[in-house]
Amino acid sequence: MKKIVFALAAVLAAGVSVPAMAQDKIKACFVYIGPKTDGGWTQAHDVGRQMVDKELGEKVETQFVENVPEGPDAERVIERFARSGCAIVFTTSFGYMDQTLAVAQKFPDVKFEHATGYKTAPNLTTYNSRFYEGRYIIGQIAAKVSKTGVAGYIASFPIPEVVQGINAFTLGAQTVNPDFKLKVVWVNTWHDAGKEADAAKALIDQGVDILTQHTDSAAPMQIAEERGIKAFGQAFDQIQAGPKAQMTAIIDTWGPYYVKRIKMVLDGTWKGGESSWDGLKDGILTMAPYTNMPDDVKKAAEETEAQIKSGELKPFTGPITKQDGTEWLKAGETADDKTLLGLNFYVKGVDDKLPQ
Amino acid sequence: MGIAESILLTIATAATPLLIAALGELVVERSGVLNLGVEGMMVMGAVCGFVAAALTGSPWLGVLAAIVVGALFSLLFGFLTLSVATNQVATGLSLTLLGLGLSGMIGEGFVGQAGQKLPSLYIPGLSDLPLVGRLVFGQDPIFYMSIALTVGIMWFLFRTRAGLTLRSIGDNHASAHALGIPVIAYRYLAVMFGGACAGLAGAHLSLVYTPQWVENMTAGRGWIALALVVFASWRPLRVLAGAYLFGAVTIGQIHVQALGYGIPSQLLSSLPYLATIVVLVLISRNRRLTMMNTPASLGRAFVPDR
Repeated sequence: MKKIVFALAAVLAAGVSVPAMAQDKIKACFVYIGPKTDGGWTQAHDVGRQMVDKELGEKVETQFVENVPEGPDAERVIERFARSGCAIVFTTSFGYMDQTLAVAQKFPDVKFEHATGYKTAPNLTTYNSRFYEGRYIIGQIAAKVSKTGVAGYIASFPIPEVVQGINAFTLGAQTVNPDFKLKVVWVNTWHDAGKEADAAKALIDQGVDILTQHTDSAAPMQIAEERGIKAFGQAFDQIQAGPKAQMTAIIDTWGPYYVKRIKMVLDGTWKGGESSWDGLKDGILTMAPYTNMPDDVKKAAEETEAQIKSGELKPFTGPITKQDGTEWLKAGETADDKTLLGLNFYVKGVDDKLPQ
Repeated sequence: MGIAESILLTIATAATPLLIAALGELVVERSGVLNLGVEGMMVMGAVCGFVAAALTGSPWLGVLAAIVVGALFSLLFGFLTLSVATNQVATGLSLTLLGLGLSGMIGEGFVGQAGQKLPSLYIPGLSDLPLVGRLVFGQDPIFYMSIALTVGIMWFLFRTRAGLTLRSIGDNHASAHALGIPVIAYRYLAVMFGGACAGLAGAHLSLVYTPQWVENMTAGRGWIALALVVFASWRPLRVLAGAYLFGAVTIGQIHVQALGYGIPSQLLSSLPYLATIVVLVLISRNRRLTMMNTPASLGRAFVPDR
């Protein structure tokens, strides 16, 4: 028995001595909602983390925990990171918002960054990507390419980020075809390939010939390929799953942001309480090559992308009517970020009732 | 292909993995062993099926690999609970955790690769019949296996001597042992059969349902299968009914959503669970019959006293 205790103590001592050796490095820690190889949302974050490893590997050590469910479990994981000496913790899902805030208040010396949320603190900054800019472009493409005039949208949870996407897609499509219809299916999960495939099949059976999704697996793309319709990739380039189906993909490109923010931690310029919301022009999201579409559609898409990048075009610019028929934005008026970050209503033309 | 036929096909695809995994677990539980590791064995079957198919180029070898891996993986549970008599609940749960982690490691290099789909049956003429052609003569091979398994297990459990022996072990392992029945050997075989079925169900996910590998792609289907067995009060036909009901309501609610009637999607998403539980509880409301079907030794460790 004594021997075992001895051996245990030795192991523990060895375990403790490792971080001591690496003391000159700071730790950047990431909390992931899904597996790091989900081919979508989480993988996009992990690619960003790997970029940190590559560019700042001398000074920064990265750590991550995968498959952390939103809710109380998340708080435990975030707190463990905070206790274990992480200099900065990135929590990469909307549903970690309250947990991140709670831990941030408990650990004022640790820096926190929460993706896609809206609650900040002196040591908690939020960061987000204007995914909806990409959605506007794919909406336009959809309306140009669709023969049935109906697209299907596989949605996860009715949070502002997803609602922005559905609205932007609709607005983009309406610039081409004012009567364009959008069918929305909520699968109430971020990551269930089977369910996403079921939703894709059901939508196709109901006559949509374009699919887009705000869930994390490539299953809908695969079904689109199989059934011979077109689709858009989400978060990650999904051309492998749909070589004939993918027209483009909205690719999340977090790497440059992570590198920038961790550099700020290193040189002491990092500030909390901020909300950063970058878009196409900052490169936080990029469009995959436009494929499987006629040349004129491709050209139009590239033009729209250029206009959004230059700031000439803002997707949420009036006149825009809400789904209930009331006016949201007057002609020429642009939605402010605060409204967008709390967006909880549809624009006119969405064939669905928003779950509240 | 008409819309009704297409919907029915989608339902069959959604129900098949649940049915196969639940049938396997039914045999395990009928022998008196509760294996909560279905999810873990299923996800191991999914990843090994996918990887084997990708490496050999043959989805059939993928199916075979999934079955073998599922059975071997369940042996780990079998050894611990049967030979060392550990707690079945804890061991089963750890098997699920291990399977989820291990499958992630095995499949790491295969994420995002376009998978191979197991070809569906095609009989010229028959498969093209209107309405029923694709349903009866044009589905994937694992669908036919699931139907054969249902019939086979019914026959085995209730029409053969070995099935009677298996059920008697599940009801009272001490008496069975006293009668000279090799309790542990029977249970080993049952556990391995359950593992093989879970593996096959996993292969259906990664080679038919969504031919790709993503971590955690079972997404709780192993747990649904486990619940089905209990709610179906350990009867194969009821498991079949439960799996198809669950599949039908799952697909039905998606169609209702897509039609845009404005019914809250959270309610619709919970319908498959509610409907399946209510219906199966109603079917099994005869308490005496249910007691008769419940394996009395379920979950209790057995240590032969001599």
